[in-house]
Amino acid sequence: MFIIGELINGMYNNIGKAIKEKDKDIIQKCALAQINAGADALDINCGPASRQPHLDIQWLVETIQEVTDKPLVLDSSKPEVIEAGLKVIKNKVIINSTTADSEKLEKLVPLAKQYQGKLIALTTSTKGIPQNKEQRLELAAQIVAYCAEVGFNLLDLYLDPVVLPVNVAQAQQKDILESIHEFKIISEPSPKTILGLSNVSQGTKVRSLINRTFLVMAVALGLDAAILDPLDKELMDAVITAELILNKQIYCDSYLEAYRKK
Amino acid sequence: MELVLERWQQEVSIVTIGATKEEGGTRSYVVRVGGEKTLPFLFPEGEIPYPPVIAFEVWDIAPSDWSTELNKYYGDVFNDPLAWAEKCVKQYQAKILCIRLQGAHPDFGNKTSDEEAKLISQLLKKVSVPLIILGCGDDSKDNLILPACSQATKGERCLIGDAVQDNYKTLTASVLADGHNIIAESPIDVNIAKQLNILISDMGLPLERIVINPTIGALGYGLEYAYSIMERARLAALSGDKTVASPFICFVGQEAWRTKEAKVSGEQGLIWEVITATALIQAGADLLVMRHPVAIEKMNNYIKTLMGVSL
Repeated sequence: MFIIGELINGMYNNIGKAIKEKDKDIIQKCALAQINAGADALDINCGPASRQPHLDIQWLVETIQEVTDKPLVLDSSKPEVIEAGLKVIKNKVIINSTTADSEKLEKLVPLAKQYQGKLIALTTSTKGIPQNKEQRLELAAQIVAYCAEVGFNLLDLYLDPVVLPVNVAQAQQKDILESIHEFKIISEPSPKTILGLSNVSQGTKVRSLINRTFLVMAVALGLDAAILDPLDKELMDAVITAELILNKQIYCDSYLEAYRKK
Repeated sequence: MELVLERWQQEVSIVTIGATKEEGGTRSYVVRVGGEKTLPFLFPEGEIPYPPVIAFEVWDIAPSDWSTELNKYYGDVFNDPLAWAEKCVKQYQAKILCIRLQGAHPDFGNKTSDEEAKLISQLLKKVSVPLIILGCGDDSKDNLILPACSQATKGERCLIGDAVQDNYKTLTASVLADGHNIIAESPIDVNIAKQLNILISDMGLPLERIVINPTIGALGYGLEYAYSIMERARLAALSGDKTVASPFICFVGQEAWRTKEAKVSGEQGLIWEVITATALIQAGADLLVMRHPVAIEKMNNYIKTLMGVSL
């Protein structure tokens, strides 16, 4: 499982404050804590309060690159903010995210190619969030078709079925999970699949348990990557164990430790 | 038709055996094993920097159960380990020697740690090839002789074994202190191989200084089982599992020569040793410990042929 740490996000008070005050130390500590907990890459989002997101994202990228060479995930709904971040990127990069809308695809797919990066694509469009599996698949197929047409490597494409809070969209959860499996059979080679996990438990009282249960179910359906809180140890233990049960890791008595050594 | 190539994420770690004068040892060269970036001999997929290496097995006492076929080659030196080692190097062009301190075993001579350390020190002077040093298989005795031999060869970067799941701490501490590499032995069990590597590395010895002895069976005696275990570990290693990304050492000679077939005729034993070795290098064996000089010569030629082939 490719783990993307979600904690560098201006929406969190400590990070928002650090961005505002340009406090490198807080950002760098947060980056390293996530990596030490097993993150393979770090999501970077300036948050909704940022007045100058194109400058803030550059500062975040440069600050984090001082302490790690792990891939960075440039997270913004605005392509121009992502483009600003790309200008200072040295590490491997993942763009987060495009939608199925052609104006976004036309902007972000070439950027991903230019920077030899990976691309996360949400199966949504300006028409709104899909309401069932069929709509998700349709949008996924549009994204895959566009990428194939312009020669973007489908192994570098991560499709996100868009996770909705279980207390809002309970009826959709099964469809969301099944989409993960169905995305894999859209094309050969298969695109990869990803979830922004924490949304599933938004507004609930037992967030960690819901996150963990949902993630394990998603792993069983073939999920390749997740954006999550790697400092949630029980969550990380659950995903490591799910992969063990799927025979993706060799069992040994210290398999949790072994995974973290990698 | 287009070749389908796998994109592997990780390579097998490279273990260096022996240290030259510049590196604080006295060996005339070093032997490196591991470093494969793909499955055995799949050159189009990734680099295979070092060919499998064959070590000659030498004992500190005259072996009582070796085939008479092997007597023809070593009979004159069986009682003199130093002469035996020298013969392997000078006459049979051994690139690396594997010294088994069988004579320390309480049932086979019960030599002391001082005697064994002295022998190893003399051996260092007699030959200049890198050394693999094995205990006698009796845990409590090995915990005496191996630390003594480790200390006697400090800085020579030997490969010393075997550490097992129930007895790895003493040897790991010695190897760590004296700058050697360790052999981690598991009973044809990939789960234990992985666990033991973690236990050893938890003591501070880097994973890059471990060689796995997966325990093998000869042709007809569990070869396929050993093969599948090695293949499973190697696939996991190439897919990113550092804890099993160690080179393999396989004790081919001891297994081949104790088969019923080898006991029937020397020629058959030679064939058994070669066939077992050829299968194991396809499973990913990096170091093979063998006995019959003709079998070793044949294997070396075969490895040369395989390494020369690239598509």
